[in-house]
Amino acid sequence: MMDRRVFVARLLAGLPDALVVTGLGSSAYDVFAAGDRDRNFYLWGAMGGAAPLGLGLALARPQEKVVVITGDGEMLMGIGSLATIAAKRPPNLSIVVLDNGHYGETGMQRSHTALGTDLVAVARGFGLAQALSTDRLDDCESIAQQIGACSGPLLVQARVQADEPPRILPPRDGPFIKNRFRAALGLAPF
Amino acid sequence: MSADIEQAPAWQQAIFRVLKAGGVRQVAYVPDAGHAHVIRCAVADPDIQDIVLTTEEEGVALACGAWLGGQRSVLLMQSSGVGNCINMLSLLQSADLPFLTLVTMRGEHAEFNPWQGPMGRNTQAALELMGVHVMRAHHAEEVEEVVSAALDAAFEAGEKVAVLLSQRLIGRKSWHRK
Repeated sequence: MMDRRVFVARLLAGLPDALVVTGLGSSAYDVFAAGDRDRNFYLWGAMGGAAPLGLGLALARPQEKVVVITGDGEMLMGIGSLATIAAKRPPNLSIVVLDNGHYGETGMQRSHTALGTDLVAVARGFGLAQALSTDRLDDCESIAQQIGACSGPLLVQARVQADEPPRILPPRDGPFIKNRFRAALGLAPF
Repeated sequence: MSADIEQAPAWQQAIFRVLKAGGVRQVAYVPDAGHAHVIRCAVADPDIQDIVLTTEEEGVALACGAWLGGQRSVLLMQSSGVGNCINMLSLLQSADLPFLTLVTMRGEHAEFNPWQGPMGRNTQAALELMGVHVMRAHHAEEVEEVVSAALDAAFEAGEKVAVLLSQRLIGRKSWHRK
C-alpha cells in the first residue's frame, strides 16, 4: 500500500500542465499538498461529480490532458459516470482513484472496495478497457507517461494506506477557483 | 433518420435551432420522448457532443466541466430526473456556474401513470429550492422564445435556469402498443 501524498506528488510532478479535478475530502488535500496550481479545480462537495465534471472538461478541451483524482467513496457514488465516459471514450481523460477502502473524512468506515468491489473489474465491465491497479510508488512515472500520451480514457486504481495525513486545505471559495482555472485557459469572464 | 427529423414537432425543431445558434457544444441527456428530436440532431451534428448519462446528476457536473473548459452545454431530462440532481445542483451555487436545463414534464396533464405524480408536482419547487430559476413553456408557439431567453440568461448573465416544457406540449401518451 502506498503513501497517498507521495503517490499524488510524484504523479503530478510528471504532469505539470495537466488540468486536474479533485473529488472532495482527502484527494483534494493530497492534490493541494502537492502544490497549488491555477489548473486545479478542487471540489468541496458535489460528491460523485468529479468524474463527470472531468468528462465535460475533457470534451471541451480535447488538446489538454484532464486528470480526475478522487477517492473510492466519491467514485462509488458516481460510479455510473464510468459508463458515460466509456460511451464517449475521450482519449485525454484519466481517472485516478486513490483507493484506501474507507470513507476517510467521516471516521474511516469501510467502503465497498474493502468489502468486495473490484474497481478495475467494474471499470472494465463498463467498457473502460484501459483500467489498471497499482500499489507501487515506482509505477508513478510510467502512469504519468501513460496519462500524458492521451490514449485513454484510462482508469487507475491507486491502492493507498488507510491513514489520515495532516489536513492541508485548498481554497474553498468556488468562484475564485473557477475564475482562476478559466483564466489559466485564457477564458474571459462573460 | 432525416425523415424523422423533418416530421418532428415544430417546437422540438425550434429548440435545436436555438441551442445550435446559441453555441451549445455539449448536449447531455437522459432520454425522453419530448427530447427525441434534439437528441437525434445532437448525435448527427459533428460540432456537438452528445452525452448519454446514466443519471441526470452527472449532467450537472458535466455542465460545470464544460464551462470550466469554455463550452456551453445543456442538460435534457424528464421531470423525474430533477429529483436525482438535488445535491449536485449545489455545485452551481458553490462555484457560481451558468446552467441550462430543459425538462419535459410528467405527472401534470392527462397522466396515466400515478408514479409520475409526486416528482412531477414538485419539480418546479425542487429546482427553486436549489436556486435554479424556473421558466415555463406551455404552448408550442412560445417554446422558441422561452428557450432562447433561458439560454441568454444562462450564458450571457451567468444564471442557473430550467425551462419546464409542459406535458401538454408532448401530448397524451398512448399506452397501447401497436
